[in-house]
Amino acid sequence: MLLRLFAGCWLALLALASYAQGVLPVPALTGHVIDTTATFSPDQQQALEAKLTAFEASSGAQVVVLMVPTTQPEDIASYANRVGNVWKIGRKEVGDGLILLVAKDDRKLRIEVAKTLEGAIPDLAASNVINDAITPRFKQGDFAGGVDAGVDQIVALVKGEALPAPKARITPQSQELDWQQLLIFAVFAVPIVGAIARSIFGAKLGSVVTGGAVGALAWFVSTSLLIAGLVGVGALLFTLLSRWGSSSLGGGLGGLGGLGGFGGGGFSSSGRSSRGGGGGGFSSGGGGNFGGGGASGGW
Amino acid sequence: MKRWLPALLVALALTGCGYNDFQRLDEQSKAAWSEVLNQYQRRADLVPNIVATVKGEAAFEQDTLTKVVEARAKATSMQVTPETLNNPEAFAKFQAAQGELGSALSRLMVTVERYPDLKANKGFNDLRVQLEGTENRITVARNRFIGTVQEYNVLARSFPTNLTAKVMGYTAKPSFTVQNEATISAPPVVDFKK
Repeated sequence: MLLRLFAGCWLALLALASYAQGVLPVPALTGHVIDTTATFSPDQQQALEAKLTAFEASSGAQVVVLMVPTTQPEDIASYANRVGNVWKIGRKEVGDGLILLVAKDDRKLRIEVAKTLEGAIPDLAASNVINDAITPRFKQGDFAGGVDAGVDQIVALVKGEALPAPKARITPQSQELDWQQLLIFAVFAVPIVGAIARSIFGAKLGSVVTGGAVGALAWFVSTSLLIAGLVGVGALLFTLLSRWGSSSLGGGLGGLGGLGGFGGGGFSSSGRSSRGGGGGGFSSGGGGNFGGGGASGGW
Repeated sequence: MKRWLPALLVALALTGCGYNDFQRLDEQSKAAWSEVLNQYQRRADLVPNIVATVKGEAAFEQDTLTKVVEARAKATSMQVTPETLNNPEAFAKFQAAQGELGSALSRLMVTVERYPDLKANKGFNDLRVQLEGTENRITVARNRFIGTVQEYNVLARSFPTNLTAKVMGYTAKPSFTVQNEATISAPPVVDFKK
């Protein structure tokens, strides 16, 4: 009995594992039009790409057409949702993304709408676009024409929504500093660490240790070398000048400690890859939140 | 030295043992739960319209229709609060009621296939699209809720944060399960003789 239960358990686990492995991978986001079935001619693909790029430049919304042979074993709705939440297309602060997904061999398609655009394109409107513009052409085998007509209607619908104007894409990504964490950390940790280090290593060495440790940690929190160095020196001075007294020799050693914090940051920072802004190419805005809105259809 | 000790202990207890993580995940699961409720409410609001449209069809199976109406009444009469989250019994009840409404609705949609007039009805087709979208949203909301609860429960049960959970009285939260496990694991019967 127990053995059978065990065997059942294992079977269930195996089935689960194979299911998890069985789902399709999400294709890489390489442009506004991704066709893994080679249905569009290069001209058609370029025209569509140009149209969607121009639309993104004028309105900011990111619309991506994805054509795959099949979404099996997944339902088209859950596959589209998964793709949307992996790509996260749509501007970071707005989240205006949309995917037109065609599963060619399944003869199914879906318009998956990010939450921000659910007002502009409610499920009914998406369903109407599918049934009025796209599927009649798909039935005749005109895939490029169907997608193009669908995209036109989607563009018109999104234009009806008052979305914030697009910003120029040159803005460099500002370094995100968690000032609050840094401050809390400094206020609480420096006196504590300093006191402990002093009591263990003595005034001078303790200050150096504190400066170095705080500098390294400040780098970890702020990911900025300059700040790490400044904080390291600050912590060191604080520890040195706290009321257990200080000596002139400690000042020199303290400088070393600050440098230690600086150097530590420099050494480790090479491990971090810098996130450069993409130049010219298409990349996801990273703000799209897909909550299952949109409509599916077939032909 | 001594005067810093309590401060050190408090700082360690608050950050090192996952106290803040518990707070964050607790709020996250509450928000995810609200979204689930939101979408269930959307479905419940849709039902009267569907029922009214279907009723217009002469000689529609009354039995299927009453089951939907009853299931909706049962699902909406249930008091659901954020505390439901920490009460496995109430949670299971809520899940059962919503599941009943879901299956009653899907039965209704299958039955509709036998009524050509209704299938051609534009108003009904619009409602069907909305219902489909709502069911999709429910699925997504439930998935996200399951994800946050899983994260919370892992935190509540793994070392060393389980000590914090014990001290503060945090317990693992209930999550959605498959309601009809037996029917799903049984292979479907295919019969072409009918």
